[in-house]
Amino acid sequence: MATPSNPPNPSKPSNKNAEAGSGFVYGPLIAGWLVPGGGHFLLRKWGRGALLAASILGMFILGIAMQGKVYANAHEILEYLALAGDLGNGLVYVFCRMFGFGADQVQVTTADYGTRFIVVAGLLNVIAAVDAHNLRTGRKS
Amino acid sequence: MFRPDHFAAVVLFALFVSVVFGITQRETPRRMVMYGLYCFTLFVGSAIVLSWVMYLIAR
Repeated sequence: MATPSNPPNPSKPSNKNAEAGSGFVYGPLIAGWLVPGGGHFLLRKWGRGALLAASILGMFILGIAMQGKVYANAHEILEYLALAGDLGNGLVYVFCRMFGFGADQVQVTTADYGTRFIVVAGLLNVIAAVDAHNLRTGRKS
Repeated sequence: MFRPDHFAAVVLFALFVSVVFGITQRETPRRMVMYGLYCFTLFVGSAIVLSWVMYLIAR
């Protein structure tokens, strides 16, 4: 006669989840924000991290190559949102500001595309950093 | 300076965003690939459909 398997008890977290949620869990979140894919690299998810880094950095570099605008300040609500998106790029944004990459003014249509590429790269980087945090806390496997 | 046309920009945008969406929104590699392809198709497909709609409206 087969013995019935014990159903999982939700009040008792498994050792794996308990281990995943212990310690300082914000390291991958911060690393992922500062360096695209860094959170996944910290968790030894090399493949995922490499694909995320290639996508986010590729998008950012293409945006710069299209002479997209890198926001340094904002005067109206849409500019605030774009600046928030740019800041999502972490250290890449800081390096661009330091070395003067990107345009100050949008003058051609492709520069407008480039500006959007840079903003969206920052937003994608935030999504990737939150994903690394979820992996670290055990919310996602 | 890199100067893609509008469709090339849409395809590049869809490619990069679909990769990130696929990896972050699904858990298994197979489902990541399928969701990435789904997002890419929707991005590019909707751009083509909307382009035709705007073309017909403008005529």
